[in-house]
Amino acid sequence: MNKKNFPYKGIITALLGLVFMFFGAYRGEADIVLSKAIRVCLECIGIG
Amino acid sequence: MDKNKKKKLYGDGFRHSVQALWGIATNSFITGFLKGRIYTGKLKYLCVPGLNCYSCPGALGSCPIGALQAVFGSGEHKIAFYVIGFLMFIGAVCGRFVCGWLCPFGLMQDLLHKIPFPKKIKDFKADRLLRYLKYIILALFVIILPMFALDEYGMSDPWFCKYICPAGTLEGGLPLAALNEGIRASIGWLYTYKLAILAVLIIASLIIYRPFCKYICPLGAIYSTFNKISVFKLRCDESKCVSCGKCARVCKMNVDPTRIPDSAECIRCGKCISECPTQALKFTAKNK
Repeated sequence: MNKKNFPYKGIITALLGLVFMFFGAYRGEADIVLSKAIRVCLECIGIG
Repeated sequence: MDKNKKKKLYGDGFRHSVQALWGIATNSFITGFLKGRIYTGKLKYLCVPGLNCYSCPGALGSCPIGALQAVFGSGEHKIAFYVIGFLMFIGAVCGRFVCGWLCPFGLMQDLLHKIPFPKKIKDFKADRLLRYLKYIILALFVIILPMFALDEYGMSDPWFCKYICPAGTLEGGLPLAALNEGIRASIGWLYTYKLAILAVLIIASLIIYRPFCKYICPLGAIYSTFNKISVFKLRCDESKCVSCGKCARVCKMNVDPTRIPDSAECIRCGKCISECPTQALKFTAKNK
């Protein structure tokens, strides 16, 4: 694959996404996600 | 790859099998279905790429749209790096391929559209305009309201999940209400309202191909912004294309892949590739 055809933008964005993920996990966002996901989300199922 | 192989690979049968297998694999907490409760293990730290309610009794992962609102509405962080990073990663790798191949709610709409109905509508006047609605829903119900409409404790509701998402009703609300007496006893106006949204969407899916994905889904809206830069993409070899128009006619998302192969509306189902008589279309990582 020559330089012109190499998907730089996609690869850089994907790597940036991974950096964001690790940073978010580091500052505790993954715990917020887990704590929401392991309880029945009453809003999601229409109870309120 | 020869033409027959492409027909098989990008035919509906194979794609629906992948969708179904993925849906089963990510919703395989059998105990949840038997006892009317949800999975509470550590796998829920991780998001699944498609729209899959984390209150589905079988769900092993978290819904990225629900997770996004949970972080925005937690009152702790204003930017959800963890979920945004996940969506950036998936979007940058494959764009809306997730919509076409890995979303259980997409599969449901695909199957509903196969049911014979007196009138199937492929295109209509407001279609183009309505496609922008999903971006408005993303901005308003997933970002702005959960971020700024806070209660006295500085927290917010998951607005999209609460007032719009029919996936939550189908995957979480219906099975949990059927299996769990406590939840059944709590049913009120919101449940009825959300059931009505689901019913409208089911009827619309019989007539229009994937109406939720085209007009409402905020997850599709996010992934669509990555279609132009994603590593895995659709490309048309202009030297092979004979401009027969078969690809555009067969596309149920109303995309012309020879004109805009990176279209934000393309869910990368590959139907156009299977129909191309000269094999001008292909999925590739190359830019040209």
